[in-house]
Amino acid sequence: MPATARGIASAVRSGDVSAVDVVAAALRRVEAGDAAIGSFLRTYADTALERAGRVDAAVAEGRDPGPLAGVPVGLKDVLTTEGIETTCGSRILEGWQPPYDATVVQRLRDAGAVDVGKTNCDEFAMGSSNENSAYRPVANPHDRSRVPGGSSGGSAAAVAAGFVPVALGSDTGGSIRQPASLCGTVGMKPTYGRVSRYGLVAFASSLDQIGPFALDVADAALVYDVIAGHDPMDATSIPHPVEPVTGGLDRGLDGLTLGVVEELSSGAGFEAEVLDRFRAALAEAERAGARVVDVSLPSTAYALSAYYLIAPAECSSNLARFDGVRYGLRVGADDVEAMNRATRAAGFGPEVKRRVMLGTYALSAGYYDAYYGQAQRVRTLVIDDFAAAYERADVLVSPTSPTVAFALGERTQDPIAMYLSDVCTIPSNLAGHPAISIWCGDGAAGLPVGLHLMAPALAEPLLFQAAAGFEAVLGTKAAAV
Amino acid sequence: MSGYEAVIGLEVHVELATATKMFCSCPNEFGAPPNTNICPVCLGLPGALPVTNAAAVELAIRFGTAVGSTIGRAIFHRKNYFYPDMPKDFQISQYDEPICVAGAVVVPALDEAGPTTVRLVRAHLEEDTGKSVHVGGTGRIHDADHTLVDYNRSGVPLLEIVTEPDIRSAEQARAFVNELRAILALLGVSDVKMEEGSLRVDANISVRPAGSTTFGTKVEVKNMNSVRSVAHALEFERARQIELVTAGGAVEQETRHWDEADARTHGMRSKEEAMDYRYFPEPDLVPIAPDREWVERIRAAAPAQLPAERAAAIAAAAGLPANLAAAVAYTPGLADWVDAEVGAGADVTQAYVWASQEVLAHLNETGKTWVDVAPPPGTFVELGELVGDATLSKKLAREVLADVLVSRRRPRDIVAERGLEQISDDAELAAIVAEVVAANPDTVERYRAGNEKVAGFLVGQVMKSTAGKANPGVVQALVRSALEP
Ligand SMILES: [Zn+2]
Repeated sequence: MPATARGIASAVRSGDVSAVDVVAAALRRVEAGDAAIGSFLRTYADTALERAGRVDAAVAEGRDPGPLAGVPVGLKDVLTTEGIETTCGSRILEGWQPPYDATVVQRLRDAGAVDVGKTNCDEFAMGSSNENSAYRPVANPHDRSRVPGGSSGGSAAAVAAGFVPVALGSDTGGSIRQPASLCGTVGMKPTYGRVSRYGLVAFASSLDQIGPFALDVADAALVYDVIAGHDPMDATSIPHPVEPVTGGLDRGLDGLTLGVVEELSSGAGFEAEVLDRFRAALAEAERAGARVVDVSLPSTAYALSAYYLIAPAECSSNLARFDGVRYGLRVGADDVEAMNRATRAAGFGPEVKRRVMLGTYALSAGYYDAYYGQAQRVRTLVIDDFAAAYERADVLVSPTSPTVAFALGERTQDPIAMYLSDVCTIPSNLAGHPAISIWCGDGAAGLPVGLHLMAPALAEPLLFQAAAGFEAVLGTKAAAV
Repeated sequence: MSGYEAVIGLEVHVELATATKMFCSCPNEFGAPPNTNICPVCLGLPGALPVTNAAAVELAIRFGTAVGSTIGRAIFHRKNYFYPDMPKDFQISQYDEPICVAGAVVVPALDEAGPTTVRLVRAHLEEDTGKSVHVGGTGRIHDADHTLVDYNRSGVPLLEIVTEPDIRSAEQARAFVNELRAILALLGVSDVKMEEGSLRVDANISVRPAGSTTFGTKVEVKNMNSVRSVAHALEFERARQIELVTAGGAVEQETRHWDEADARTHGMRSKEEAMDYRYFPEPDLVPIAPDREWVERIRAAAPAQLPAERAAAIAAAAGLPANLAAAVAYTPGLADWVDAEVGAGADVTQAYVWASQEVLAHLNETGKTWVDVAPPPGTFVELGELVGDATLSKKLAREVLADVLVSRRRPRDIVAERGLEQISDDAELAAIVAEVVAANPDTVERYRAGNEKVAGFLVGQVMKSTAGKANPGVVQALVRSALEP
């Protein structure tokens, strides 16, 4: 049975393999191996097998089953699925069954993919280690004493463990790319507005994007081509037609100018083995015909601070609706206000509360301009910096994470250390640009290191071309099992 | 007391007459069973996103262009506060970049002082909340057993119109609200039914010595559910504040509720907290950037005249007294309908007389709107023809019109069915006249003795015996010739 998404789709389409067998095998792998990993919060075998059966029926009847025919997929539990519990990794939504599917879920199913379960994540996508899940932490499949990264740690681990060939995550400040880096997979964040957010439970609306995890660039590209595109249900969705990326993956690195971002690839926080693997990858790229130049994004010095004002501010408003009135947890009390308080106090974990309070403060009268207003100005400066850098380089590069996967529990008492995990990935979210993390080798302890590629808005074809070019010289990391 | 004047500014919330809600495609309608016009978007379910209804933007622009607002780039903000009938616990509204900036409404003269111009600060788009129904106790929140929430109204598009403090009396406030309602109705922006909550008025009112240019402490008055209660509440509040101030007291800045039952305003019992709404730009929506061309198209498609201008035009064209012309112009849809009849051949004066008398009397009696009762096009043309060819007397024509307004049938059908054709046949009438003359020898005597006025009595008798269907002109002539010796 093929391991890649494109291998599965091609075998299912030709009738060589049945989608039911593929999906059943994926469910068996989760059943057998996930107790030790914790990547899935729940699977739904009956629904998945029934859907797989319909894919096989389409093949049998000569109808086009779609480009992802029979491909088992994991969905981060921040994506709504009709009739299937969606918790966002939070107690406050325990048991909530949305009455509608997210647009991306619909698009995947229309393409023949079969979602088999909802993957674990940091509560409401807030975290960089997946330890903020209200249900259980996730273990890194390559070293189970370490974190998989976050917030889409479940999706990254499910792919890295070989349970499913592809999964969807969401990325607000690096929540796809950082876990991809720590788990040795590919993880990609599209241009803001390229993939519909309808049905993505919002963390920070102006930063959130949905994107794919896969074991290689070609599979990530295949999923991207399916989920990208305009959606009238999302006002921030970009109306331009999508330029497919799958066709341009073999163009290589020859002739590309790579800009090494000084501020995102040096400094005290970067582990030596991360920088070693990063420099080795650049040397390989030069041998493959790329030109490497140094570029500077000076405003990124303030990017982390700006992010930790904007994201909490938006989250404080987005999460207000979890008040016990209409759905999810309700803790009874004498009046409505007391019920609201008791419900939120019991339903949210400490990191969510911290950010809601930070954001509420940042938006308060008298502080708005100094905090939220100032952060928005930083955002403009970051965008200007990127524009200047793209005058000199086609694609920008840095490590994805300053460190390899850290130990479970290592940073839980130190929020600032945790926040620094995303220092390289946050600028792309502030600018709304696409970016991708691919594997660029392992450090001394066999833990994966990620290479981070960034491109201008809507330059996904170029981004995937460069990623595939790197992958051709660096190889891919095999699943852990 | 006469040494003080009131300073009043109004905030008027208007439900827009769109087919669908502000940010989703649920129907925007009043009176559906609870929680039937709802979807993930207007329920604020996790993951759902708003998309701006262009029709609501168009209605806001239509209003703005009619009252001289500046229309430009606008953005939505989130107004954050917790309330059970507000499903996202924030309201999507507009803050520092509203769709309509400035503008003015000219309120026609109440007296010899002439018309008043009330300047507008702004008019902005926002979404309505759901509706809480408190069950048990007195039906108020503080002693209710539980509360039910109906989200049908959640997400209904609202235009909030904010005036400058240009209003100086309760009567002027009432006149302004009437004028605004007429404008909104004429433009088709809203159905302005206060009793269904599609137009809601809040006021800020303070008092100061007449002629002063500084402002007194203002009080916000809420819960005024009809135009009449706006006038009554503000008059009460004006008097209350003047009494306080003249007694050496001070007005407290607060929100007060108008209670229709005891005709007083009451301070809200709950403690007054300064609300911090933490406004910030709504990240799920993109700015509204209406291009010039679109705005001009909207302006061009709207009625060219506001109701006050329309009234003046009707008075001039139909020779109607100003008050009657205004009554027609301020009745949504009526003047347009009448003008269409005139365009199709009805006599302009006759048509407006019918409109300002029979039609308005009917609307007043029944409490219905013109839109409810409007008869088929051509009704006035047909009625005019029936009068013109002497089938109907003017009096009977009015009777037929009254029937039309109830039955919505064609005038000719009513005339045929009820046998109302006027009798103009000389021979037939001559016989009746002869009978009447024969039956009233005393009257004939008096006439011949020189009292010609008594002929009217005989004419009346003929009309009576024909059930009013006789052509009065013909009867008149026949009676006179029968009486001449
Ligand atoms: Zn709706």
